[in-house]
Amino acid sequence: MSTARYWREIPQRYRLESGKCKKCGKSFIPPRMVCDACGSREFDQVRASDEGTLVSYTVIRVAPGEFSDEAPYAVGIIQLKDGPRLTAQIADCDFDELEIGKKVRIEFRKIYEQGQAGVICYGYKGVLV
Amino acid sequence: MRDVAIIGVGMIKWGELWNKSLRQMFVEAALNAIDDAGTDHIDSMYVGCMTSGVFVGQEHLGSVLSDYLGAKNIPAVRVESACASGGVAVRTAYMDVASGMHDIVLAGGVEKMTDVSGSEATYALATAADREYEAYNGVTFPGLYALIARRHMHEFGTTREQLAHVAVKNHRHGAKNPNAQYPFEISVERVLESVLVADPLRILDCSPITDGAAAVILCPADVASKLSKKPPVKIVGTGHATDTIALHSRKDITWLDAVNKSAQQAYKQAGVKLEDIDVAEVHDCFTIAEICVLEALGLAEKGKGGTAAESGMTALGGKIPVNTSGGLKSKGHPVGATGVAQVCEIVEQLRGDSGERQVKGATAGLTQNMGGSGGSSVVHILKKA
Repeated sequence: MSTARYWREIPQRYRLESGKCKKCGKSFIPPRMVCDACGSREFDQVRASDEGTLVSYTVIRVAPGEFSDEAPYAVGIIQLKDGPRLTAQIADCDFDELEIGKKVRIEFRKIYEQGQAGVICYGYKGVLV
Repeated sequence: MRDVAIIGVGMIKWGELWNKSLRQMFVEAALNAIDDAGTDHIDSMYVGCMTSGVFVGQEHLGSVLSDYLGAKNIPAVRVESACASGGVAVRTAYMDVASGMHDIVLAGGVEKMTDVSGSEATYALATAADREYEAYNGVTFPGLYALIARRHMHEFGTTREQLAHVAVKNHRHGAKNPNAQYPFEISVERVLESVLVADPLRILDCSPITDGAAAVILCPADVASKLSKKPPVKIVGTGHATDTIALHSRKDITWLDAVNKSAQQAYKQAGVKLEDIDVAEVHDCFTIAEICVLEALGLAEKGKGGTAAESGMTALGGKIPVNTSGGLKSKGHPVGATGVAQVCEIVEQLRGDSGERQVKGATAGLTQNMGGSGGSSVVHILKKA
């Protein structure tokens, strides 16, 4: 991955920066240029809440190359308190503890490491609270 | 708009075809369709292919394949909508004929998936998801459908066994299809004991990695019987819709809105009721997908799709046989070819040429082909002319 491709996603991946529609209030991660609910093109830049709940989850047993050393690992869809949803890994959990509706907190974590001295990729993961 | 008919279909045996290249598979299927139609030329061509650039490093397929088909100089183009590429190729060919632009048009699909390792194939397929906000975080395609399955089980009480029944039913059908990649039967127990890929989905809930191609020939309906000795089949309805690229952007992750919207368009154009459909080929890339597709098509009530395969409703001999070809699960899933092969199966059913897997007296059929986790869907309704 080129550093520019990585770098331009940093605000939302590192700091959960969302775009909140000025007209209808819907929030998006990553921010968008057009609201899919009302068509407005005006947004406020807002830091999303790091509190959420688990909408669904799975445990990835067969992983793509960059994650193959990590498998098995849990992944979930998380509904954040103030609107947007994310797909993220659920870190540091016993898989048996996973349950739809459980409270999750978003943390800043390392996602994976590119081989041959490539970029170390950071972003968000959920942890059960 | 002119009425459009299909006068030729062409398949090859699908599988891990180590000794066949992308262009060879495509040309074989295309020649089978051309010979089936009995035409001596084609006026234009559309090729459904998801990602030959990633799989074999070859783009510009319109030119490669028209060149090797010996149809140099015709307008030919590749169309892409992930795993719905084949369905979009058929729809684009339909529009080409319906508009009056061209008369004899070939719609084909192809994917060469086994020239790369499993991990490279996983990467190639993940390009159909949201690269930066799904795949970046380690979710795979089985993972996305597992998220749908888990939620469906939670909300509607769908059981692990009900998922397995979809695979068992499609393998029972596929065992009767000589072109299928895995033409053998499996049991519910075997599905439940197979290795976990992404909980709750196991390897026997997943469609395989496949090399394959398929093709159909379209022409104006009013000349179909003059051009071909085979009974012509009309495309009476077509629909195409998109949805959010990321699964997490949908309010209800168990509802495939693109499938529903594309089906509504096709039903409206065809003027058919659901009861009129005798046979359907739908996108069972994972067992849960067939369940959600049946609901979005209206063939099962929302939340009740899990009981369809278990009750026998969707099996050969049932109320509406689904995936008589074996579906993606047993026949295989060379992604760009899948949507075209679905049309081949329905045409053969309506001609009465399906042998052991024939749905008796079938006069109308439906195909539904999906891209990504439901980010796109194409539906066609076919009728005996």
